[in-house]
Amino acid sequence: MQRIGVFVCWCGSNIAGTVDVQAVAEALKTEPGVVFSANYQYMCSQAGQNMIKDAIIEHKLTGIVVCSCSPRMHEATFRKTAESAGLNPYMVEIANIREQCSWVHKDMAVGTEKAIILGKAAIAKVNLNTPLTPGETPVTKRALVIGGGIAGIQTALDIADAGFPVDIVEKKPTIGGKMAQLDKTFPTLDCAACILTPKMVDVAQHENVRIFSYSEVEEVGGFVGNFDVKIRKHARYVKEDICTGCGACVEKCPMKKNPNEFNLGMDNRPAVYIPFAQAVPKVATIDPNSCNMLKKGKCGLCAKICTAGAIDYTQQDEVIEEKYGAIVVATGFNPISMEKFDEFAYNQSKDVITSLEFERLTNAAGPSAGKLIRPSDGKHPHTIVFVQCVGSRCEACAQKGKEYCSKICCMYTAKHAMLTRDKYPDTEVYVFYIDVRTPGKNFDEFYRRAVEEYGVHYIKGMVGKVTPEGDKLKVQASDLLLNKQLHIDADLVVLAAAIEPDQSARPLATMLTASMDTNDFFTEAHPKLRPVESPTAGVFLSGACQGPKDIPETVSQAGAAASKVIGLLAKDKLKGNPCVASSNELMCNGCSSCERVCPYGAISYEDKEFRMPDRTTAIRRVAVVNPAVCQGCGACTVACPSGAMDLRGFASGQIMAEVDAICK
Amino acid sequence: MQKISREQLIDKAVSLLSNNTVEAVLGWKKGEFDYDVTPALFTSADKLAAEFVWDDFCGANFSKYLVKHTKKAEGKILVFLKPCDTYSFNQLLTEHRFDRDKVYAVGIPCDGMVDIDKIKTLCGEGIVAVDCTGDTLRVNTLYDDEKAINKEDVLAERCLHCKSKKHVAYDELLGEDGEVLASNRFDEIEKLEAMTPDERFAFWQNELSRCIRCNACRDVCPACTCEKCVFANPDSGVENKAAANSFEEKMFHIIRAFHVAGRCTDCGECSRVCPQNIPLHLLNRKFIKDINTFYGEYQAGAEVGSRAPLVDYTTEDVEPGEVFDRGDQDA
Amino acid sequence: MQIEEYKPLIVAFCCNWCSYAGADLAGNNRLAYPADVKIIRVPCSCRVNPMFILRAFQRGADGVIICGCHPGDCHYTSGNYFTRRRMAMLFSMLDFLGIERERTRVEWVSAAEGAKFAATMNDFAETVAALGENKRLEDLRCKK
Repeated sequence: MQRIGVFVCWCGSNIAGTVDVQAVAEALKTEPGVVFSANYQYMCSQAGQNMIKDAIIEHKLTGIVVCSCSPRMHEATFRKTAESAGLNPYMVEIANIREQCSWVHKDMAVGTEKAIILGKAAIAKVNLNTPLTPGETPVTKRALVIGGGIAGIQTALDIADAGFPVDIVEKKPTIGGKMAQLDKTFPTLDCAACILTPKMVDVAQHENVRIFSYSEVEEVGGFVGNFDVKIRKHARYVKEDICTGCGACVEKCPMKKNPNEFNLGMDNRPAVYIPFAQAVPKVATIDPNSCNMLKKGKCGLCAKICTAGAIDYTQQDEVIEEKYGAIVVATGFNPISMEKFDEFAYNQSKDVITSLEFERLTNAAGPSAGKLIRPSDGKHPHTIVFVQCVGSRCEACAQKGKEYCSKICCMYTAKHAMLTRDKYPDTEVYVFYIDVRTPGKNFDEFYRRAVEEYGVHYIKGMVGKVTPEGDKLKVQASDLLLNKQLHIDADLVVLAAAIEPDQSARPLATMLTASMDTNDFFTEAHPKLRPVESPTAGVFLSGACQGPKDIPETVSQAGAAASKVIGLLAKDKLKGNPCVASSNELMCNGCSSCERVCPYGAISYEDKEFRMPDRTTAIRRVAVVNPAVCQGCGACTVACPSGAMDLRGFASGQIMAEVDAICK
Repeated sequence: MQKISREQLIDKAVSLLSNNTVEAVLGWKKGEFDYDVTPALFTSADKLAAEFVWDDFCGANFSKYLVKHTKKAEGKILVFLKPCDTYSFNQLLTEHRFDRDKVYAVGIPCDGMVDIDKIKTLCGEGIVAVDCTGDTLRVNTLYDDEKAINKEDVLAERCLHCKSKKHVAYDELLGEDGEVLASNRFDEIEKLEAMTPDERFAFWQNELSRCIRCNACRDVCPACTCEKCVFANPDSGVENKAAANSFEEKMFHIIRAFHVAGRCTDCGECSRVCPQNIPLHLLNRKFIKDINTFYGEYQAGAEVGSRAPLVDYTTEDVEPGEVFDRGDQDA
Repeated sequence: MQIEEYKPLIVAFCCNWCSYAGADLAGNNRLAYPADVKIIRVPCSCRVNPMFILRAFQRGADGVIICGCHPGDCHYTSGNYFTRRRMAMLFSMLDFLGIERERTRVEWVSAAEGAKFAATMNDFAETVAALGENKRLEDLRCKK
C-alpha cells in the first residue's frame, strides 16, 4: 500500500478564488492510501517545495499528489522536489485544478467538487504508480552520412571538424553529387566546380572522414547511439589504394562506346572510366556490363597498361560492418523521367533536352567543351525555348508528374537564360512559366536582371506542344497575359524537369524505420521546430532528400543536421524517457500487431523458451521493446489484443483507475 | 453429402502417416451423437478407420488447433482444411501463431455444412441418428419414423452466405478447387443498419442478454488465440467471468469484436458453437463491412503477411463522426 | 420537493501535446465550459483503449470524448491516424448496438485552439445533457 501525501495549492487567489482548497485537502484526506494532506498558498515556491520535502521525509511518503496548475507547468518542478527528498520523481502526479478547473468554472461549489474529483483521480493513479528510472545507453561516437553530394559533404565536414569520425557512403564511383554536374550557380554565377571541388578534397583529406564510394547501405539495425550498419562496397575491379588515377587505362580501353552517365548520356566513356577530372576518390572503375574481360574473359588491356598493377578482375563486393551513433540521410534528388511527356517531343528530338543536360552542354568540362550547340547537328542554336514546371505543380498529371513545386527551376532557368544571352547575344531566349518564384537572397534581383538587362523573353503561359519539323522545333504555346497563341520555331527546347527523391530513398527509409511522405521525401520530426531530424531518433536529414532545395539551403540544412549530430555524439550516455512501452512476455502472442503501429521501429521479436505447466518447454515468439527507441505514444498498447503491451507511467490499470475515480 | 468421401481422406491420412510425412492427423471424430462431431488428433491408421468422421456435420475449423499442436509436435501435423478454414490458416500465419514447416495442409472441397438446430426445428427433439450419405438427409428420432429432409433447408447460416469455395492455402489439394463467391453476407447487416437505434438496441438486448458467458465463442475463434485473454487476466482490470449484469456481455462482445476486427475471416465458428444461438458473427461482419466501406475491400487471411486495416491508416481516412452518414448512405 | 437538475458526467481523454495544452489554453483565457467535463491526460490519443471508454460508460459516464492533435500534426507522427480508425470502428459498432451515437465523439484540438476546446466541450456537454442519462451502457451495480 502506498503512503500518499496530498498538497493542495492556492496559487494565491488563482485557485483559491473558485476552489475551497481547505475543503479539497480535507476531502482527499480519507482517500485510500492518503496519509497526509495539506494546503499552501504557493506550492511551487521555495517554502511550498520545502513543505513537500519535509512531509515526504517525515511521513515516509511513497507517492505524492499535487493539486495545482497544469502538469505542463510544474510537473518537472515537483518531480525535482520529490527527487531531492529521496522519492522517485515518477511517484508524483499532478491534479490540474487551475487551468482545467478554477479558471474555467466560476462557482465555488462547482469548482470545489470538481477539484476533489480530479484529486481523487490523481490519487487513484498514484496508488498504482511504480518508481521508474530512465534507462541509459552508451553512444558510439561515429556518424554515418548516406550520400556524398554537397549535403553529405557539408554535413560530414562539419561533424568531422567537431572532432568526431564520419563515414560517407556514396553509391556512385565519386562523391560530388548533382552539384558536380552543374556549370554555374545562381545567384552569384560562380562556377560550381570551383566552389565544390575544394570541399571534395577537404573532405577526402580530413583525418576524421572515411569515404566509401561505389558503396551502398545494405542493412541497418540498432537504434539511436547504437546503429549497426552493413555497407556493401561494390567491386570496381580496381584496387582503390593502388590506383593513382593517371587515366592510362581509360585512354587505352577499346570498349569506348558506353553512355557517359556523368554527361547524362550525351557522350561516351570507355568501360574503364573516371567520372570526371576532379573525381574523389580519383580512381578508375570498371563497368562490368561493358568490359570485355569481365564479360567474356578476353582483352585485359588495362591490366597490361597499368604500371601500378591496380587492375583486379577478380575483385568481389566487400561488406563492411560498422557501428554508428547517428545517421544522416543525404540521398538527394534526380530530375524525373521525361519519357511520359510526349507533348514536348523529348523522345523524338535530340534537341529537346532537360535543364541538367543543358548544364552539361554549357559546362567547359562537358561533352561540347562548353560550347552551346544543338546535340543533333552541332550547330549553334539561334532560338531557345525554356519550359518551366515540366512535371512540377502538376495536380492533373499524377502519373507522370509531381504535385509539388520543385523550387529550384525558376532560378536555374533564369540563370540559363541569362548566361545564354551573355555569351551568345544573337540567340533569342524565351522562357514559359506559370509563376516565377524567386524567394531568396538576391534571387529576385537576379531574375529581373535576366529580363531587364539581358532581354530574355519571359512569357506567362505553358507550352502546349513541341513538334520537330525539319531541323526546327515548332513550339506551340499560349501567352496568358496577351491571351493569344504563339508559334515559335526553336532550335533548342530546354525542359525544367521536376525533381524527385533518389530511388534509393524508399528502401533506405524502410531500413531506418524513418517515415516518408507520399512523394518519398523524408518527413521531419516536426516541420517547423525539428526540421533536420527524422521522427526516428538518431536519424537526421540533410538536403533534398527532405524536400526540394537549392544549394544555399542545402548547405545550411547540412550544417544544422551536423550540429544535431554533434550534440548527440557529444554525450557519453543517452538518458531515455522511462515512460515507455513494455511487453509482458508471458502474455505476448508474437502477432506483430504492435510492431506494425510503432512509428519508431522500437519493437522487435525474439524466440524465447518457456517452461510449460506440464514441465515441457516450448519456444514462443515474443515482442521486445527497445526503451531507448520507444517514445511512449502507446499506439502498441491498443493494437495488442492480449494486453501484454502496456505503457509505463500511463498503464491501462492507472488510466482505468482514473476513469473509475471520476465516474464514481 | 460431401463430394469427397471419408475413405479418400482416410487413405490420404494413412499414406502420409505411413511414409512419415506427418506424425499426427487433425480430424473430426464422432461424439455422443452423429451430429456432435468433435476435433481429434489421430496418430494411427486403426484409430482413423475406427473414429474418423467426414460428413455434413464437420464444420469445425482446425486452424486454431495448430497453434497448440504444432508446439508439441516434433514433426508435421496433417490438417484437413475446408476453403473457409484456409483463410483462418493464413491469418494465423500472418500473426506468426504457428510454424508453417510443422504443418502439412490438405485442402478439401466443402459442399456446405448443416445446422443441427435447424434439423431439430424440422424434426423435433430426440434425434438419434442422421444419415447424410445420400442426396437427402435421413433423420431418425426416438419418436418418429425416419424422416427425409433437403440439405438446403438445414444448411448452416454461414454456408448459405459462403464467401469462397477456393482454398487460399494448402500443400496438397484433394478434389477440385472452387472460386471466390459473390456472397450476400452483408444483407443482414444492412437490414439491422436500416433499423432505428431503438430497434437495434432492442434486437441486441434480446440477443446478448441470453449470453451465459461460457466463452465458447472466444475459445473456438481462430482469431482469439491470445496466450491469455484480457477477460481472464486479473491484472487487466476488466476480468470477469460470470454474467452478473447485461453490461458485461456488451463489454465482452464489443471488445472481442474489436480485438478481432480486421483479423476476423468471417468463418462463423462463433455463432456455430454458441449454445444460446446468439448471432455473434453479425458483430464481426459489421466490422468487416465497415472496413470494406471505409478503408477498401479487405479479406483477412486472403494472403499471408497482409496488413490488417486497424494497424494501418491513410492520411485521408474518414473521421469517426462521419461513419454513420456514410454507412447510412450505403445501406 | 425540488428535483435535482440532471448533470451529465463527461470523460474527456486529451493527448498531452495538443489537446491537453488546448484545454490549458482555454483555462488561461478563462473560457468557461461545464464542470461536468473531467479530463484524463494521455500521452497520445492512440493510447485510448476502447476498454477505457466502455469502462467509463459502465461506471456511469454519460458521454466520452477523445481529443488529439489534428491529423498530420501528431507529436508521434501517426498516433492519431490509428485513433481515427479505431474510434471510427468503435463508434460505428456502438451505433450498431443501438447506443446513442451522440454520446461519443472524437475532436482534433491543437494546443493553440483554447477557444475550440471550450466550444467543443460546451457543445458536447449540451448534446449529452439533452440525451439524458446513459442507460444503455451503464452497469447498474456501479450506481450508488
